[in-house]
Amino acid sequence: MAQRVNFWSTLTDPLIRQNPVTLQILGICSALAVTTSLATALTMSVSLTVVLTLSAAIISLIRRHIPDTIRLIVQIVIVASLVIVIDQILQAYFAEISRALSIYVSLITTNCLVLGRTEAHARHHAPLPAAVDAFGNGLGYSLVLIVIGGVRELFGRGQLFGWQAFALADAGGWFTPLGLMLLAPSAFFLLGGLVWAIRAWHPEQVEPPEHVPPDRTRSAE
Amino acid sequence: MAKTDWNPWRRLLALPNESRTKTLVVAFLVASVCALLVSGATVFLRPIQTANRAAEEQSRIEALVQGIPGMADLLEQSGGALSTVVVDLEKGRAAADVSTATLESALADTSNWTAIEAGSDIAGLGQRPDFAQIFLLRDGDDISLALLPLTGQGYGGRIDAILALRGDMNTIAGIAITSHSETPGLGGRIEEPTWQSSFAGTELRDQTGDLRFAVARGDASSPYEVDGITGATRTGRGIANMVRFWLGPDGYGPLIRAIQRREF
Repeated sequence: MAQRVNFWSTLTDPLIRQNPVTLQILGICSALAVTTSLATALTMSVSLTVVLTLSAAIISLIRRHIPDTIRLIVQIVIVASLVIVIDQILQAYFAEISRALSIYVSLITTNCLVLGRTEAHARHHAPLPAAVDAFGNGLGYSLVLIVIGGVRELFGRGQLFGWQAFALADAGGWFTPLGLMLLAPSAFFLLGGLVWAIRAWHPEQVEPPEHVPPDRTRSAE
Repeated sequence: MAKTDWNPWRRLLALPNESRTKTLVVAFLVASVCALLVSGATVFLRPIQTANRAAEEQSRIEALVQGIPGMADLLEQSGGALSTVVVDLEKGRAAADVSTATLESALADTSNWTAIEAGSDIAGLGQRPDFAQIFLLRDGDDISLALLPLTGQGYGGRIDAILALRGDMNTIAGIAITSHSETPGLGGRIEEPTWQSSFAGTELRDQTGDLRFAVARGDASSPYEVDGITGATRTGRGIANMVRFWLGPDGYGPLIRAIQRREF
């Protein structure tokens, strides 16, 4: 695949049109877990984008020499090592946020998004396009996380990045925090709403109905 | 064209990907590079992380002490400082040959740990150290506050906390959770000050001396209970067992009795 690659569309496609979270529904476990506040969502986004970009570049660099039989193990080992390094850096320099993210940084390893991109894209493309694609996907993931994290923090605590945006009723203001927003179900609702909104805007993303019988289900991941 | 390439690296790269040699070599190389990367990062960053943790524990102890009503006055009277003591848990008095500086190396020695019998191991620890570093605040000759570090098993993993007991060694003055890995939003709420504030004033034992402390299901209904957290039953049980274990005979029990006998 040595044709000219349109870097701009590679980078911007995954933001909304091909968003890994809302279209492919990848990586939602961490997307739901770390979005209780903007700061954790942002840190998680940055960590995932860095891991994703680096692992895509590295795997793409050695893509011609990865034996097919062990390619998944090689990819996972590379991803896992990068994740541990990032986790250690966070623990050293951002101890506070690292505690809030708890195990979810280490779980980037098993984030379907990372393995999905390295397996589906980086393995067949040159390092630069692979890195750009991975970076774009990282940004797409970050976008969703930041939107959900922003809404949850704003309505759950009345804050944005810890700054009191709404005056709380406890402190004599008008806003009563919505406790549900800080719990996991609200992230499902918000993500569902987001998927619906994006698919209403881009109808080509709507999937045909998959199953007619009511008791047949197919797992998404 | 017929020239043989003797460079082993290029010969390796030229091998077909399916060859067994290449598979093994690639696996080995990837593993070694990754191992180097991971151990390098860990070794270089360890000092910073340790300093972070120490600073954080210090600030939590300060916050804990500051959050206890009337504490600021007490601190001023006693010169504004907590004294740090390493205690021998079994004997219930200050350890003779272990000091704060040598505690870490003493605990690295497995002979300074005691296995806990399965029946009494309610905190799920398996073993406990023989020495612990505690903080005391004295008011004249009496002890007005004791800060006791606790460790227990929660739902998601280990919970570390510091419990502050008033001078009677029966009333909780406060608690600080120093580390935990509970589910964010559920069990993770044990780090919220609102929940921790329900510990203040809770009593541990009733008049007959039975340890009655518990984390309630729902709101606390007796002076020996603290409020439970909805959706975090196992975390609450973990906290209750942690407190019950460490204040019982296998934990700080001997020390608490020594303090109550004014022998400390």
